[in-house]
Amino acid sequence: MVPALEFIGVTKRFGGVAACNGVSFQAAQGSIHGIIGENGAGKSTLMSILCGARRADAGHIRLDGRAVNFASPRGAIARGIGMVHQHFMLIEAMSVLDNIMLGAEGGPLLAKGRAAARARLAALERDHGPAVDPDAIIADLPVGLRQRVEILKALIRGARILVLDEPTAVLTPNETAELFKLMRRLRDGGACILFITHKLGEALDVCGRVTVMRRGGIVGEFDTAQTSAARLAEAMIGRPVEAAANDRIRAPGAVILRARDVRVSDPSGAARVKGVSLDLREGEILGIAGVSGNGQSELLEALAGMRPIAAGTLAINGAAIDARARNPRAMRALGVMHVPEDRLKHGLVADFPASGSAMLGFHREARYGGALLDRAAIEADCAAKMARWDIRPPAPNLATRGFSGGNQQKLILAREIERDPLILLVGQPTRGVDIGAVEAAHARLLALRAAGKAILLISNELDEILALSDRILVMCGGRITGERSPGGTSARELGLLMAGAADTAA
Amino acid sequence: MSGPPAVWQAAGPVLAPLAVALAAISIIVAAAGENPAAALRTLAAGSLGSREGLAMTLFYTTDFIFAGLAVSVAFRAGLFNIGVEGQAMAAGIGIALAALYAGALPGALALPALALAGAAGGALWALVPAWLQARRGSHIVITTIMFNFIAGALLGFLLNGPLGAPGSMQPESPAFPAAAAMPRLDDALRAMGMTPTDTPLNLCLPLALAAAFAAHVLFERTRLGYEMAVLGASPPAAAYAGISPARIMMLAMILSGILGSGLALNELTGAQNRLILEFTGGYGFVGIAIALTGRNRPAGIVLAALLFGALYQGGAELAFERPKITRDMIVLVQGLIVLMAGCFGARARSGEA
Amino acid sequence: MPWWRKPGQPMKYRFAGPACLALIAIIGGAGFGAAAEFKPALVYDLGGKFDKSFNEGAFRGAEKFRLETGIAAREFEIQNDAQREQALRRFARDGQTPVIAVGFSHSSALEKVARDFPGAQFAIVDTVVSAPNVQSIVFREHEGSYLVGMLAAMASKTAKIGFVGGMDIPLIRKFACGYRQGARAADPRIEIIENMTGTTGAAWSDPVKGGELARSQIDRGADVIYQAAGGTGIGVLRAAADAGKLGIGTDSNQNGLFPGRVLTSMLKRVDAAVYKGFSDARAGNWQAGTAALGLKEEGIGWALDDDNRALITPAMKAAADQAARDIISGKTAVHDYMSDGKCPPAGAPGG
Repeated sequence: MVPALEFIGVTKRFGGVAACNGVSFQAAQGSIHGIIGENGAGKSTLMSILCGARRADAGHIRLDGRAVNFASPRGAIARGIGMVHQHFMLIEAMSVLDNIMLGAEGGPLLAKGRAAARARLAALERDHGPAVDPDAIIADLPVGLRQRVEILKALIRGARILVLDEPTAVLTPNETAELFKLMRRLRDGGACILFITHKLGEALDVCGRVTVMRRGGIVGEFDTAQTSAARLAEAMIGRPVEAAANDRIRAPGAVILRARDVRVSDPSGAARVKGVSLDLREGEILGIAGVSGNGQSELLEALAGMRPIAAGTLAINGAAIDARARNPRAMRALGVMHVPEDRLKHGLVADFPASGSAMLGFHREARYGGALLDRAAIEADCAAKMARWDIRPPAPNLATRGFSGGNQQKLILAREIERDPLILLVGQPTRGVDIGAVEAAHARLLALRAAGKAILLISNELDEILALSDRILVMCGGRITGERSPGGTSARELGLLMAGAADTAA
Repeated sequence: MSGPPAVWQAAGPVLAPLAVALAAISIIVAAAGENPAAALRTLAAGSLGSREGLAMTLFYTTDFIFAGLAVSVAFRAGLFNIGVEGQAMAAGIGIALAALYAGALPGALALPALALAGAAGGALWALVPAWLQARRGSHIVITTIMFNFIAGALLGFLLNGPLGAPGSMQPESPAFPAAAAMPRLDDALRAMGMTPTDTPLNLCLPLALAAAFAAHVLFERTRLGYEMAVLGASPPAAAYAGISPARIMMLAMILSGILGSGLALNELTGAQNRLILEFTGGYGFVGIAIALTGRNRPAGIVLAALLFGALYQGGAELAFERPKITRDMIVLVQGLIVLMAGCFGARARSGEA
Repeated sequence: MPWWRKPGQPMKYRFAGPACLALIAIIGGAGFGAAAEFKPALVYDLGGKFDKSFNEGAFRGAEKFRLETGIAAREFEIQNDAQREQALRRFARDGQTPVIAVGFSHSSALEKVARDFPGAQFAIVDTVVSAPNVQSIVFREHEGSYLVGMLAAMASKTAKIGFVGGMDIPLIRKFACGYRQGARAADPRIEIIENMTGTTGAAWSDPVKGGELARSQIDRGADVIYQAAGGTGIGVLRAAADAGKLGIGTDSNQNGLFPGRVLTSMLKRVDAAVYKGFSDARAGNWQAGTAALGLKEEGIGWALDDDNRALITPAMKAAADQAARDIISGKTAVHDYMSDGKCPPAGAPGG
């Protein structure tokens, strides 16, 4: 049988670096084909070639046995390639229907195009199960449904090959299950789905075959029925993975940070954190799980002093923190260090050299100079951090944005952890970083805990929360909806709590 | 913070608009029926090739350095200060008040007092929009533009009333006392028995160069400069780092206003020796193009200011020497250069990524 | 070896040498050559020589002189205040004389330059500079404004007339004051709405704002509007014409801009002054001192031509002509605002 999609020796170079080097693989009609690899392995470049956004330097792509060479995304769409990006390309103020017909309005007057799109949407619903209300406004929809709109948009344009780029990164476990259901239905309907992910469990769950990429090339292709997560991971990073050993032994220490009935509003006045109380003890990692947008981010930023606290009290080692001290500078002085959720927005200055980012927040310290900043000292400090944390390339003068996500994250961790924090607030420590950096980050956090520090961890990755935390709090709708110990719960139970199900445990 | 010396990094974006400017001038001159090569020679000789021309070029350069630095110091902190013009006017009012009402100061103190009064006026005029932005969220582009109008109206009111020279129907202040005149290059030349240049080039030029050096130190070597750069590059990162945006905005705008006051000092104590309307000559706006061309680096700004100074002076020379080339064509070319500077400046910025 | 001859230096220095030679060649060989023993020059103000008003009047005077004598004056339109002195000095150094500075803003620059070039002859229009080699040409605009004020009051059907000035300066208040006196003389109950466009030089070149001010005056009932606002005034005249009302022009004859919609123009004969200045100087009759040109010297007048003949009734013309005779004879004294900075409130002329 002729494969629906075939890559033959596809090569793409940027400067002297081969982002894709002779990539060849096939995907059949009616299959879900996984593509896994670390950041920078070449997955995105390969997909951008498939979608017509870039052109290959060598090699070609065949659809149903016929060679194609797309000059533009428009050409790719015409040939039935549908791409669902990680970041949705939807216009929030418009309805589902209008978003779906965007770019395919079918003439200057919208009524005809709208009717046609509505009819096709109804047909899709018949074939693939529940769709979305065509007249709902995107801004009102939860993330899972928005993603469904993206998929429907691709299908309505006649996509037979659907590319899903990290589709589960933004979903709750339950939404992920829904997505997988839809993917299987589409597969059964004859579609060819390319599923790009770095979550090995998901790839094993939903894919038939998995192609593993590393450094621009293919290092292996596996039948999911005959492989394991460990083997995939080993192929992905080129060596066996050592999961950071987490020996939760000690009895919890004294309460370092005490928050009572903390309430936080966003600048428009909407309540985001609605009365959260928690105790953070020395020598523990307290994980907070939740679907993004349920107040965890605001809580973390409020504790770091970046957001005002509308009501409630904070105390460190029993001493109340008054409103005057609730700013990042004063909190740092109290020993509260902060690894922010969004490293490029908050944690670093992308345009600055790494040395400039490596002193962010601590630039007032005497170690960086007296009245005038001491450039040599700043660069030496950064170089030392790079050496200690294996940050590559070890170039303090390179622009911060020139580093990979993992190395950027290590720079922040180095900066915050080396300041000997009393309390470390950590948001999404491993979002978008490669496995090597994940290992390093986890090991450092566990070491910090072992040193008796208190760590508050917020992550959208349930696996991470489960692996690192000594206790887990679940947040939903700005409130704590449950507390679990990692040994006594499952991802499924946490997922239900995250989605707002009533806490039935004692 | 690294790479080749700032001067050479800055030269590229200055040379590119220069090339475009020369090409534009050639086309316009040819269209007017003149010989482009001869016109370019006039331009070069008129701006750099004679003592008078060079001195006038440097006089304009002084204005442009101050204006460019004023724009860039605000821009470093992410603030687009369109109000250098108005801040210079307010500085001029301060200078005139000091010159006319505090004239009793001994000679050695008079000029520093004038400079301080000007700096205070410029800083005050910059501070209000900064405060509105920091505390009320009023967009600084809008408020500084409006403050230009208010400054112009205030200047007009003062010169038509309280500060106006009695008996003169021209809206200008009485002449400043002699102690309020900035020492000119000509004074030095005369003292050395050399022919004066008959130009207003004065001590403000070294002052402008010193200001450029101070700005360089501020940007590259101080914590304030670092905090300004963080705020300018990424307000969220500044919030994360505990840098108060309000404080930095106000400081940056105060510095911007003080630098803008140099323009007033050069024009009023160096050239006009009285307060007149529109002594700012639109240089505050040209400062935006200069900051862009100089990529917000003091060394680049000095080079860009020299380029614009030469084009202003050379343009005047063209109009003198070539009757067919009218003032409007010169203005057209200057406009094109500002546009080109904007384009190349923007390209340079995006190319840094 | 001089430093600028070193090899491998940047381009712009390398052609500085040839450029200097070129400069000399240009100045030496420029077309002001043999026949031109007489070398007049003009420095215009910021408005530029084609402002349809004051500067353009000066330009026309120079044109008339050129057509008659074949001698073209050198000209310069300044772009900023620093160029005033530079331009005057430059012309004086090049041996140009006489040099006429058009506009009162040149006065302080001219004071300095006239002192440095005692052998050159200078003139300045619209203000007085006291120097032995400067001729000051001023106009008695209040006289002409008085006459057009009378005409405006007689032409108005609503007994409301308007005035739009350019920059709020004493000179323009002088226009307004003369206009007010003339209008009150014709109709003691007349209502006069006065607006100034602004307080900066931009007020001379903002026709949009001029139009807005005129429309606002029309909304309040004015049906004749006198503009003394340079380029801004074009907008005033257009707004009046568009609304079916009447405008009054200034400086140059602007009747033809909107034929039938411009009641008349207060003529300020800058052209005649420039022409006379050049002609006198050429004939050796140039004199320092102040020349105040008014109705008597025909430096001031009002325009009557085919474009507005239908608007001026015989009665209006007779009244204006009589008033002009009375002013010339001294029977009617029109108060000059600039003499004391005040405008008499009463309608009675000279009161």
